[in-house]
Amino acid sequence: MVNFQYILPEIFISISIMLFLLVGVFKKNSASLIYNLSSISLVVLLALIINLSSLDTIYLFNDSYLIDNLSNYMKVILVGSGIFVMLTGSKYIQIINLNKIEYPILILSSILGMMIMISSNDLIVFYMGLELQSLALYVLASFNRDNLLSTESGLKYFVLSALSSGLLLYGCSLTYGFSESTNFDQILINSTEFNYGTTFGIVFILVGLAFKISAVPFHMWAPDVYQGSPTSVTLFFAILPKIAALSVFIKFLYTPFANMNDQWQTIIVFISIASMIFGAVAAIGQKNLKRLIAYSSISHMGYALAGLSTVSNQGIQSSITYISIYLVMNLAFFSCLFMLKRNDKYYENIEDLSGLSKKHPILSFSLLIVLFSLAGIPPLAGFFAKFYVFLAVIEQSMYFLAIVGLLATVIAAFYYLRIIKIIYFDPEKEKYETSDNLGLKITLAISTIFILAYFIYPSGITEIVSKITMI
Amino acid sequence: MNFPILSSLILLPTIGALFILFTKSSTGKYQSSKYVALFISLANFLLSLYLWYVFDKDSVDFQFVENREWLSGFINYKVGIDGISILFIILTTFITPICIISVNATITNRLKDFLIAILIMETFMIGVFCSLDLVVFYLFFEAGLIPMFLIIGIWGGERRVYSAFKFFLYTLLGSVLMLVAIISIYWITGTTDVEKLYELGIQAEYQNLLWLAFFSSFAVKTPMWPVHTWLPDAHVEAPTVGSVLLAAILLKMAGYGFIRFSLGLFPIASENFTMLVYVLSLIAIIYTSLVALMQEDMKKLIAYSSVAHMGFVTLGIFTMTQQGIEGSIFQMISHGLVSAALFLSVGVVYERHHTRLINKYGGLVSIMPRYAIVFMVFTLGSLGLPGTTGFIGEFLILMGAFEKNILVAMIASLGVILGAAYMLWLFKRVVFGEMNKQELKSMKDLKTFEIITLSALVIPILFFGFYPEPLMNSIEASVENTLNMYNFDLINNLALKD
Repeated sequence: MVNFQYILPEIFISISIMLFLLVGVFKKNSASLIYNLSSISLVVLLALIINLSSLDTIYLFNDSYLIDNLSNYMKVILVGSGIFVMLTGSKYIQIINLNKIEYPILILSSILGMMIMISSNDLIVFYMGLELQSLALYVLASFNRDNLLSTESGLKYFVLSALSSGLLLYGCSLTYGFSESTNFDQILINSTEFNYGTTFGIVFILVGLAFKISAVPFHMWAPDVYQGSPTSVTLFFAILPKIAALSVFIKFLYTPFANMNDQWQTIIVFISIASMIFGAVAAIGQKNLKRLIAYSSISHMGYALAGLSTVSNQGIQSSITYISIYLVMNLAFFSCLFMLKRNDKYYENIEDLSGLSKKHPILSFSLLIVLFSLAGIPPLAGFFAKFYVFLAVIEQSMYFLAIVGLLATVIAAFYYLRIIKIIYFDPEKEKYETSDNLGLKITLAISTIFILAYFIYPSGITEIVSKITMI
Repeated sequence: MNFPILSSLILLPTIGALFILFTKSSTGKYQSSKYVALFISLANFLLSLYLWYVFDKDSVDFQFVENREWLSGFINYKVGIDGISILFIILTTFITPICIISVNATITNRLKDFLIAILIMETFMIGVFCSLDLVVFYLFFEAGLIPMFLIIGIWGGERRVYSAFKFFLYTLLGSVLMLVAIISIYWITGTTDVEKLYELGIQAEYQNLLWLAFFSSFAVKTPMWPVHTWLPDAHVEAPTVGSVLLAAILLKMAGYGFIRFSLGLFPIASENFTMLVYVLSLIAIIYTSLVALMQEDMKKLIAYSSVAHMGFVTLGIFTMTQQGIEGSIFQMISHGLVSAALFLSVGVVYERHHTRLINKYGGLVSIMPRYAIVFMVFTLGSLGLPGTTGFIGEFLILMGAFEKNILVAMIASLGVILGAAYMLWLFKRVVFGEMNKQELKSMKDLKTFEIITLSALVIPILFFGFYPEPLMNSIEASVENTLNMYNFDLINNLALKD
């Protein structure tokens, strides 16, 4: 007998999705209503998840679904950032005429898919969740269908994602074939001996996951999709799928393939180094802020993966801390981006920031904080994120990874400094409209203060995260 | 004593900065924010003087130690001072109000932001000199980049963007390796607490690499040849006040770091690399002095002279003698006062004549007699005339050097001559000579606030030049202790090898 109370959040969100669909179909002009209802249902969802998070590890549905500290924490930050994504984007989608009923529903379905991914303990369940979230994301990417770039990005994402899903499925079937099970724990038990089949399986699965997390060399879609999608969707892309994919990464590496860390460690180290360097170098020449943040997120994923490559609890925790801080920085950055509005047009090129500091001192200050934090300069939150990762990396004596990673931060610092230069040193341009969107202002204020004041009490996140142990 | 005096010193400027942030910027001259900043920085100066007064000069332990849990139990926020750090703290709190007074002349736009940047900078600088934990030290050390980057970039000269980037990226590149070293130390010894590390010691096999990693950071910051090139650029483009902060305090962080960390934590490696430091210091002293001779820009000349003076400092530290290290600390304090004063003096004429080229000036003595006098004191202080602080520092350093290596000391002594050459030549070209340039004739002598700031710097330069006892007293016990520990570690290690 399955205890359904443990998957109450998933049930709740599924019912909400269906209900909102019905409302949307039968009630005319209900887009704003559904948007607000979806936001509220996300808050309720968050409450439900937090309510469950005091429980111990629970296996459900013949061990194919798992609720533990990892999944709870990841779901909390997932849904939490989902709420802020809805909050910041509400005005934006109205202005660019995207306020349709499908938009919030697609976001909710994608979040549902991610929650299933995060909790999955079985290859098939995992794949179901993955496809649910991807399918919603394809549509979201091309949601601004009158815009050439948006449709292109949707198509691009679809084609490449389908390819990676194919590779992932192939990896899954290889793993199943050689370990005789789809259950993660069972795979671990059955794959004590080395064999090529499972190794290939790992490689293919990692390729698929690296695609989702946009790590080099599977990053090609990210800049185009980031630039083409509506900004609110870009924000969604920058945060939520990364959280889900990272937790699946942790799950795969440390549950079914835990015995084979000598096989996958090199791969992760390579992906991590490549992402850090490529993300840093490629961002230098960018002119579009969304494109730039795409490259920056590639390099940030490199750091998150560096933590995973260490095969230690410390490393896993540092990755989770990293992504938590990363999402706050992205929220703050995109909130600033949403503020660059003049006559119902949003500006997203670096040049549009020129001389911003003279007429918008507070906005510029927030951007300054966010950019220095993204660059990892102390005493801002971004420094601590990197500090934890390198703490874990050096514990395992992986000096090469640490030194390359830190040198990449110096390269990356260059393009963040360039934005700051444009904001603070360059001649000013026309003033932007002052935003009247309260949700946006609150998000920006909260995230900036978080980044700025993180150093006062840095153990907050670490203490929660330290409960997550995989080894 | 329970009152957290060091944390107050660190936090007070930040509180002041927040205060300024929320004061309504009255249109016009923004006077209120300036007075707030001045008040806060003076309060901080008085607090640091009080600290000096209650500071126990004979004790070798760290005093006023505060230890709080910070990073989930494994890294603590720990601050404390000993004889080595106390003087740097006073130097910082002394220079900051002078900077704020001088803001009048140089900063015309965004005064409020500038004051905030300076106060935040003061917080970080004091933090560097107080911190007794490597991570806390790194935090303050690096955080200083942010306000300095903005100070150079927003209020700087023509090539400010280039200089700001160069400054930021150079120092960041040097420092990241130090971060690797700090984390490695944590995993090797299980702590980053400096006091505990002094007791535990670090195994000899790790020391060389760790020393090099720290060195990469400090060498850039000092700056030592060949990574000094950011300094002339940064100095020239920074506004006067920025140059003052940079020369007077920021450069001292590295010298302080050498004594506190390189010597204290890695004695064996320090011994191994002594020759390297000697060579780089000598090149810095001779080469940059020669470069300084050729400069046409006053600020650039002083910038190169800073590199040469810091060459003396590093030389003195690595003689590992009582005189050498005491001399280095004294030289750093002296250079902090003198270079600040020189940059302010350049600022005075720059503000009136809007050029820093030496050949545009000449014969200032006839129209600006007061200026000529103070400028002369600073020039003599810089070249190390007996009776100024510069002399005592250089003399002690050379004494230490002669004890260890006569050849090194002789070459370094050449630097003193070169120093005299470029400084006197500068003085001659700017202040003496024929007054034959028409456009100079309208220049006015020092204004009141300039008299205040410059004489505030003349007094300590002369006073401590004649009577260095109060400074020496504070340093002595701690330097002796550092050296004892250093020699003890070395002997122990030699005994282990046999």
